[in-house]
Amino acid sequence: MTRKLITTTPTRRSVLKGLALGTGALAATSALPRFVQAQSSEPIRVGFQLHRTGIGASYGRWYERTASAALKVINDAGGINGRPVEIVFEDDGTDPKRGAEVVEKLTAQSNCDLVMGTLFSHVVIGSAPRAGELKVPYLVCSEGHHVASGMLNRWTMQPGITDVKSQVQGMAPFVTSNLGKKITMIFPDFAFGHDHRDYFTAAVAAQGGEVIKHIAIPPTETSFTRYFPQIPSDTDVIYHVMVGPAVLTFVKELGEFYGSGARPQLFGFIDSLEAVDINSPGLEFLDGSHFWEGHPRYKQEDASEHETFYRAAVGVDDTGASVSDPADVSTYAHMFSTWETLFVVKDAMEAAGYQGPADRQKVVEAIEAMTGFDEGQAHPQGPKTFNGKTHQAFGLQSITKVEGGRLVRVHQTSMEDGFYPDEVDYTTMSF
Amino acid sequence: MTAAVLALTASGLSLVFGIMRVVNVAHGAFFMLGAVLAWFVSEWVPGPAGLSFAVALVVCPLIVGAIAALADTVVLKRLNYEPEATIVATIGLLYILEQAALSFFGPDARPVPAPLSFRIQLPWFGYSGYKLAVVVGAALVLLAVWLILKHTKAGLIMRATQIDRDTARAFGINVDRVYAGVFAMGAGLAAIAAVLIVPIQQAHYLMGGDPLLLSFIVVIIGGLGSLRGTLVAALLIGLSDGVISTFFAPTLAKILATLLVALVLVFRPQGLFGRRAA
Amino acid sequence: MKADRALVLHLALLAALLAAHVLAPAYHHTNLARIMVLSVYAMGYNIAFGYTGLLSLGHALLFAAGLYGAGMGVTYLGLTAGPGLILGTLAGGLMALAVGLLALRTAGVAFMIVTLMFAQAGYLTILYFGQWTRGDEGIVVQKAGRMLGPLDLSDDGTRYLMALAIFAAGLLINLALVRSPRGRIMIAMRENEDRSRMLGYNPFTIKLTALVISGLYAGVGGAAYGLMFGYVGASLASVQYSILPLLYVLLGGAGTVMGPFLGALLMFYLIDYASSVTDAHQFVTGAALVLLVLFAPKGILGTLRDRGLRWLP
Repeated sequence: MTRKLITTTPTRRSVLKGLALGTGALAATSALPRFVQAQSSEPIRVGFQLHRTGIGASYGRWYERTASAALKVINDAGGINGRPVEIVFEDDGTDPKRGAEVVEKLTAQSNCDLVMGTLFSHVVIGSAPRAGELKVPYLVCSEGHHVASGMLNRWTMQPGITDVKSQVQGMAPFVTSNLGKKITMIFPDFAFGHDHRDYFTAAVAAQGGEVIKHIAIPPTETSFTRYFPQIPSDTDVIYHVMVGPAVLTFVKELGEFYGSGARPQLFGFIDSLEAVDINSPGLEFLDGSHFWEGHPRYKQEDASEHETFYRAAVGVDDTGASVSDPADVSTYAHMFSTWETLFVVKDAMEAAGYQGPADRQKVVEAIEAMTGFDEGQAHPQGPKTFNGKTHQAFGLQSITKVEGGRLVRVHQTSMEDGFYPDEVDYTTMSF
Repeated sequence: MTAAVLALTASGLSLVFGIMRVVNVAHGAFFMLGAVLAWFVSEWVPGPAGLSFAVALVVCPLIVGAIAALADTVVLKRLNYEPEATIVATIGLLYILEQAALSFFGPDARPVPAPLSFRIQLPWFGYSGYKLAVVVGAALVLLAVWLILKHTKAGLIMRATQIDRDTARAFGINVDRVYAGVFAMGAGLAAIAAVLIVPIQQAHYLMGGDPLLLSFIVVIIGGLGSLRGTLVAALLIGLSDGVISTFFAPTLAKILATLLVALVLVFRPQGLFGRRAA
Repeated sequence: MKADRALVLHLALLAALLAAHVLAPAYHHTNLARIMVLSVYAMGYNIAFGYTGLLSLGHALLFAAGLYGAGMGVTYLGLTAGPGLILGTLAGGLMALAVGLLALRTAGVAFMIVTLMFAQAGYLTILYFGQWTRGDEGIVVQKAGRMLGPLDLSDDGTRYLMALAIFAAGLLINLALVRSPRGRIMIAMRENEDRSRMLGYNPFTIKLTALVISGLYAGVGGAAYGLMFGYVGASLASVQYSILPLLYVLLGGAGTVMGPFLGALLMFYLIDYASSVTDAHQFVTGAALVLLVLFAPKGILGTLRDRGLRWLP
């Protein structure tokens, strides 16, 4: 086109034609940033369902900080499609009924373009039907298997964090080959614990190990000493996934039970100790034990530049605590998901040429078309594979060991360790 | 251990119910408040853990007691201690106290260092020395409560008020002050229990739920308002809890225990150890 | 004959809600549907507490019976919404009967604690049978189970009208009940049990009937909630959901037919508003409870009734 303009005398008509072609091409390649063409300079509004109160409040506080940090990075780089972005936070009280109401409020009243956020499974499951009815993209950061299991709907996706089935399956080989084959599981007696019980037991069996005892702890329990005598004496590994405020007691009492004597290996989900300082009094017992971490809380030797950038942006120091208050320990293993999800939102909206709520369906389709994310500033936790059919992301898991009051990575799973056959194809469902 | 702390918490609830005929749903919140304040004390008082613990043991019950006395004067007194209204009011109080803890203390569970850290290592399992100290401490406090009730003038006045509020008033007893005192004492006992237990557990703003339920169970089994029954029941339940859960799945054991307690209340409203209704 | 002011007032409320179907903005439209369903539950609570004087702290058990009766029926028996709704309602009534047969042997404080304990046992039972109930996580009611004949309850408009229909039925039956001789006996039981007994009424039967009616209301409320909003979970059986109707009824006015709706409406918007200006919405709930028992123990409509509107049912 340019060459033509130079070689021949341009007529007014050909110039107009060329311009029209040019703008047409620009409009067609909707993936290009639309700084000029953006029809609206209205901010894009992302609704955020937040556990500000209730049992999930520790997580909620850090989810808010992490998402706000990602927001700043995105806005400093020009926003989405040239439009500034806002996040509207709304407390769900960690309650499924309120959760559904919050989705409603964010969508219908605050005019958010999509809704993201929340961690606790029951809030996700309680809210997803409403998101489906409102036809608003609902991007969750909950690590539950509920998305990939097929119980939710076309509008609900989890692009920012690996689900628990995959996490557990990815770690089982490490446990059976390094720690021992006879395993006793201690888990809370409700759905989250049951997921661990079912998937881990199966994964261990596939590796030639055996779960020799399941100890289910009632959810209202505050003292655990009386359950420990049930641990068989030939146990090689204790696998523990307690959650909630009583976990500290749990670990301390386990420590008292075994004392300085011989004890089985310990393997725990960091969920037990999210937002808790690993050097708290009474936790000395954990020294030498192993943890799953979605994202290692202590900055590792080989940390990437993106990791460093992410920590600085969120305001977390090298030990995983707030830079302004070392006693304020983050929920580091989970909160990266809000950061990464917000960047997925940016990519999807730009790929879909998002203009307004009428394009919501295109955002879902754009995410379904994604196959993975490279490690980078947008994905500091590491690379991920995304399965558009099951709406679920799969990433690398870390296994860390408590050494001298720090969690040091001793193993990283491979992507394939966590794959399992699809249980649903959401893309065949109607919008 | 469980039994000792449970007895302490439950005796506070029992005292309030016995003398004032008030079911204090906020009792668990007072317990929580004691633990949370203990954390603040451990942060602010310098020096060894033992010192801050001692300070907490004195200061926390006083503060919690003062809050309780205030709540009594401002709210409960004006309701004339009508049972149903006070239950509703204490539910409201529970929400307010939990919110206060969330706003000022935050949502995280926070540990408090124990003043003693020796362990008793037995061949097959270990036992914390601090837990034994807690049992002794709880027993001492309970003994003190019992002595106050039986052998001091204040105790006499309390018992007189319990038996007949109007007659007591006719004899020149300031019933309002007695009630405020009793309510404060009940809350203070919960706070002491919390300060004792917090080095073993941790402070968290939702920690009051379970002690409340267990205290209810203990007080009901022991007979509403009977302090001696409460103590026996606390021992029984604290010890038997472990036994039941070895026979059934733990959650099932909880369900059965809860139903059993409800049935005790249905068929023996005076409790297993209480006297027949007067 | 004098115009029936009370009936006219209640019909006017229903007409206003019908008008809101067309006029209310989307957000408030769905909120109103939700509030109507919850006020059916609260009306049930009011029949036990407001009219008969039975202060229960365990109504979440009855609500959950309806919720799970409908939700499990639809999920595992393949029922559609109609039979699911009926099953849930009956489950609420039956559960109330079972609770009543035992708990009504007690009164006052003991009754509160017994009902609280039963509800706690029910909550734990839901968690214990997690294999079927999915415990705290809960289950999503699939589309097929939310069809009432040709009507799709997940559609906003249909849902609103369905909620209004159930609410209208609940309101008018409630009105008829409290004006009937049986309703007057219930109130007499609240005011003076001994005298009613001397007049030859059996307090146990009267209270049990009231509790079962209350259970049917709670059941239909729970079933409608599960089917209309597509979620059934254990947190809806927790103690919080026993306190909720108490709060609604106290605010609106115990022993008034419209009180539960008014209370639910005000409380919903109070919390909704509070949560956007402050994190401390639990404080709002707590303060509302304390202030209500202190300054307006009879609630809004109860106070109005004392101040002149004596005809308010």
